[in-house]
Amino acid sequence: MASAAPAAPHLAPGRRPRVAIVGAAESDYGRCPGRTELDLHAEAAERALAQAGIAKAEVDGLFTLTQQFLRCPSLTVGEYLGIRPTYQDCTHVGGASFEVMVEHALAALVAGRCRVALITYGSTQLSSAGRNLGVEFAPISPIAQQYEEPYGLSLVAAHALAAQRHMHLYGTTSAQLAEIAVTMRRHAGLNPLARYRDPITIDDVLASRMIASPLHKLDCCVVTDGGGALVLTLEDRARDTAEVPVWVLGAAHASSHLHIIDMPDLTQTAAADTGPRAMAEAGIGPGDVDLLLAYDSFTITALLALEDLGFCAKGEGGAFVEDGRIGLGGALPMNPDGGALSSNHPGMRGIFLLIEAVRQLRGQGGPRQVEGAEIAVAHGVGGWLSSHGTVVLGKSPS
Amino acid sequence: MTGCVVPPEPIPDADSAPFWDALREGILLYQRCANCGHAQLYFRAMCKTCWSRAIESVPASGLGTVYSFTIVHQAGHAGLAGDVPYTLGLVDLDEGPRLLARLAPEAGAIGAQVRAATFAAGAFDLLRFDLVEPAR
Repeated sequence: MASAAPAAPHLAPGRRPRVAIVGAAESDYGRCPGRTELDLHAEAAERALAQAGIAKAEVDGLFTLTQQFLRCPSLTVGEYLGIRPTYQDCTHVGGASFEVMVEHALAALVAGRCRVALITYGSTQLSSAGRNLGVEFAPISPIAQQYEEPYGLSLVAAHALAAQRHMHLYGTTSAQLAEIAVTMRRHAGLNPLARYRDPITIDDVLASRMIASPLHKLDCCVVTDGGGALVLTLEDRARDTAEVPVWVLGAAHASSHLHIIDMPDLTQTAAADTGPRAMAEAGIGPGDVDLLLAYDSFTITALLALEDLGFCAKGEGGAFVEDGRIGLGGALPMNPDGGALSSNHPGMRGIFLLIEAVRQLRGQGGPRQVEGAEIAVAHGVGGWLSSHGTVVLGKSPS
Repeated sequence: MTGCVVPPEPIPDADSAPFWDALREGILLYQRCANCGHAQLYFRAMCKTCWSRAIESVPASGLGTVYSFTIVHQAGHAGLAGDVPYTLGLVDLDEGPRLLARLAPEAGAIGAQVRAATFAAGAFDLLRFDLVEPAR
């Protein structure tokens, strides 16, 4: 792991033009038969812009990615939406892409490169599963194609290798990992749109089918359709929008590898770099965080994030998630919407972390509202624990 | 899905052809940098550490230690569905580089000492590591 880059206090909200999220919305999600990916981009974008009270004609920055890895995503989406961006970005680092895009949009807005940034995503991964086998089996890269895939490495198996190593070094148990899945399902029960809502127990997780030891079926995220959109703008414009702005206080991203064969230490992720940098920029520490939106593609993904972001020491993630700490009402509520494990995971989930964070900071969480939430951290993870993006959001501008 | 699905096979490229050619002869190669001494897998055109092009292909002893493992019950590819359950391991070679391979079932333990062997998979030879000494 490269040593963490120095914090960037000159980028702290008090020392730069302030940037806010003024629109944040999902498209319909879950199972959306008969819909296209681009349709879901459009639906989410329309809802997010309507929240902001900003016309589409004002959008000059477009940040977008699609599940189907279309060529030139920003051109495809821009054309479909009838937007002619003068600043655009299709950064593709997997599930963390949207946390990275928030950082990129922040930089572009602060630099005056655009005035209204629209971030969109759409995926029909669930509904098109029967039709896209060619995509599913497309090699990830020439490296994976030669050194990983012939042996039968799956995405689950790659994460299982990390989980096994963590258990070996720190005594983490399957029951502790299951605690994360159980908590996410309990939260999903409060989210009418969540894919699975019936409560589960630790025993249910442990009794579910083993996919790649030590990860069971219920240690793995759901597969859904869905899209999302965010609208970001500078303070002067944000003061004049329809919804209460939510402020971007800090952002950082890093990557350490793509393939699991080249990950230096399977229990140490680049979140140990991004968390401290994003929080330093925001002028906060882990103890100030009211709400964590952590990427939970697998139970181990979230557990590593809890440790590497600094919410507990390395190796103590298993004990940390016990005793209801990450549940609603706990010391660090995580993913009130039910997360990837129970609510939705349409291929890449990073944008949904940010949307739920905004909803919570606006106090619009309904039955799943985290009382008094002032500061939220959204942490996206992409690839094979490869890319990490941390965004700190606040109810107040600094 | 129609008919049988062919298991995924490596498609060697200019970087990796020596690795795959040697494996067919039963030799596991890794790369060592003549400039900085870094030992690496997978095969690259240059040293990952110092970017020197002075890299040599060196036969490995074939001995290594299991860094982590998983027993796969749902295949990573439909063409391998007939193989389940199979054990995958990340193995740290005694010379340093790490690689992914199949493990003999009894070698599925972190810290186990293992030795490389090859097995035929379609037109290619792939790596499997067998147990030499159990993890302590």
